[in-house]
Amino acid sequence: MELQGKTWKFGSDVDTDAIIPARYLNTSDPAELARHCMEDADPAFPDKVKPGDMIIAGKNFGCGSSREHAPIAIKAAGVSCVIAKTFARIFYRNAFNIGLPIFEAPEAAEDIKEGDEVTVDTGSGVITNKTTGKTYQATPVPPFMQQIIAAGGLINYVSERMK
Amino acid sequence: MPMTITEKILAAHAGKEQVVPGELINARVDFVLGNDITAPVAIKEFEKIGVNDVFDRERIALVPDHFTPNKDIKSAEQAKLLKEFSRKHGLVNYFEVGRMGIEHCLLPEQGLVGPGDLIIGADSHTCTYGALGAFSTGVGSTDLAAAMALGETWLKVPESIKFEFAGKLQPWVGGKDLILHTIGDIGVDGALYQAMEFTGPAIESLSMDGRLTMCNMAIEAGGKNGIIVPDEITRTYVEGRCKRPYQFYQSDPDAKYEKIYHYDASLIEPQVAFPHLPENSRPVSEAGSVEIDQVVIGSCTNGRMEDLREAARLLKGKKVHKNVRLVVFPGTQEIYLQAMREGLFEIFVKAGGAVSTPTCGPCLGGHMGILAKGERAIATTNRNFVGRMGDPESEVYLANPAVAAASAILGRIAGPGEVE
Repeated sequence: MELQGKTWKFGSDVDTDAIIPARYLNTSDPAELARHCMEDADPAFPDKVKPGDMIIAGKNFGCGSSREHAPIAIKAAGVSCVIAKTFARIFYRNAFNIGLPIFEAPEAAEDIKEGDEVTVDTGSGVITNKTTGKTYQATPVPPFMQQIIAAGGLINYVSERMK
Repeated sequence: MPMTITEKILAAHAGKEQVVPGELINARVDFVLGNDITAPVAIKEFEKIGVNDVFDRERIALVPDHFTPNKDIKSAEQAKLLKEFSRKHGLVNYFEVGRMGIEHCLLPEQGLVGPGDLIIGADSHTCTYGALGAFSTGVGSTDLAAAMALGETWLKVPESIKFEFAGKLQPWVGGKDLILHTIGDIGVDGALYQAMEFTGPAIESLSMDGRLTMCNMAIEAGGKNGIIVPDEITRTYVEGRCKRPYQFYQSDPDAKYEKIYHYDASLIEPQVAFPHLPENSRPVSEAGSVEIDQVVIGSCTNGRMEDLREAARLLKGKKVHKNVRLVVFPGTQEIYLQAMREGLFEIFVKAGGAVSTPTCGPCLGGHMGILAKGERAIATTNRNFVGRMGDPESEVYLANPAVAAASAILGRIAGPGEVE
């Protein structure tokens, strides 16, 4: 599958409180969470983000709490994927489990500028910056996690196993 | 092949002779945990799996502790999902308000987790139980849902980093200061995906409360788990308390570590982490003049008996500064009772502080102590991210209970030595 969108750039150590502040965690409704996505990092983000847009970030994206509401909010806001230098561990797991595509690609995360048009081939992990013409290779996903993606998330994967 | 304690526990739960870092394993879980924020999502996902029962109704704890006592109607609806799910599946370890405590204070106290266990919890501070010599790590709601159905989870075996603390601790220095100093040194992703094993004479002499505080904050360095090899202090704590059989694992002397850090604990002062990352720690003597509006003593990091006693020792006979509000949150009902018996509440209240029922409340900006725009708090909690305790333009400084108490008295960030 190919993802395509305009990029929004954030710094390093974007924590889950910035992605979805705890004051909104008295619900798990994706649409409501999306309305506050990235609010404490950029209050205008929920209004300006368009379906297909991508988040580009530095190291340790999604650090902090285990709230799955963070990748849920990003996905429900229409963001097609997150490209970062590195991801915090629990966020990384959660993103796969709920089906938010994420790509670890330090060089791409460094180079890509806000507003660039980018495409990502989810199968090969090849990232292309349409604005500059430069391509990058994301760190390969372990085969086991590819199975989770292929099944459509952890719950489907587990359901299959339980049959 | 020699293994670390983390590798040994993972191997035992994967039914293997040995495991190596980087290996993906399916591991049996001894205990799983969710709270009123994470469990509602997990319950919804669990119901999609299509199984009728949970893997073991005695090995799942649902603890409504974050927005409880319910702060609003939506929170009440979330908490209700936990109550109903627990009833439906006959969960033994559902904790209603009044029996509830902050999850990471409650589970060790109640003997629900013990040495050698493998625990996953849908809360990032689940790493706390490593203090008992367990492998314990935080996961998301979907992982919790899968584990509730299967009784197992998939894990990547982490590399281990050893943190050796030589020397004797200075007065008023505890687990909080050691871990803030460590995070200050290695950064908020300094142990990303890795096991943090704390060792050395200063750790051996550290109380269980102090050890729980240290392992609690392993996640703030990006760690997968924090862990301390169990010893006599561990044995004293778990004997007669643990509800299941437990096992003490040791790291082999020639086990492989990705890195070894050496610290001289006798040189570490009480620490303060400045906004907006836990890695911004520095000795309290270098804090400068920072006026504060609120002091929070409590949380899964520092809401235990030793923490409350330490704060009370400084607050006894003193008054909270006129510009400051002090809120104290005992971690569990048992801690609450004990603190009451010891007269600590009288000390806090006479000093002009408020004492609350156990809740995570202000630590995550939930309720019971939210900051307004421009307000500043010093807190014994674990995170000082932007907006963590309220308005995005408020500030949180992290410290140990003694620094928090001294700061409450002086109205600015202060070391315990200034009020003793």
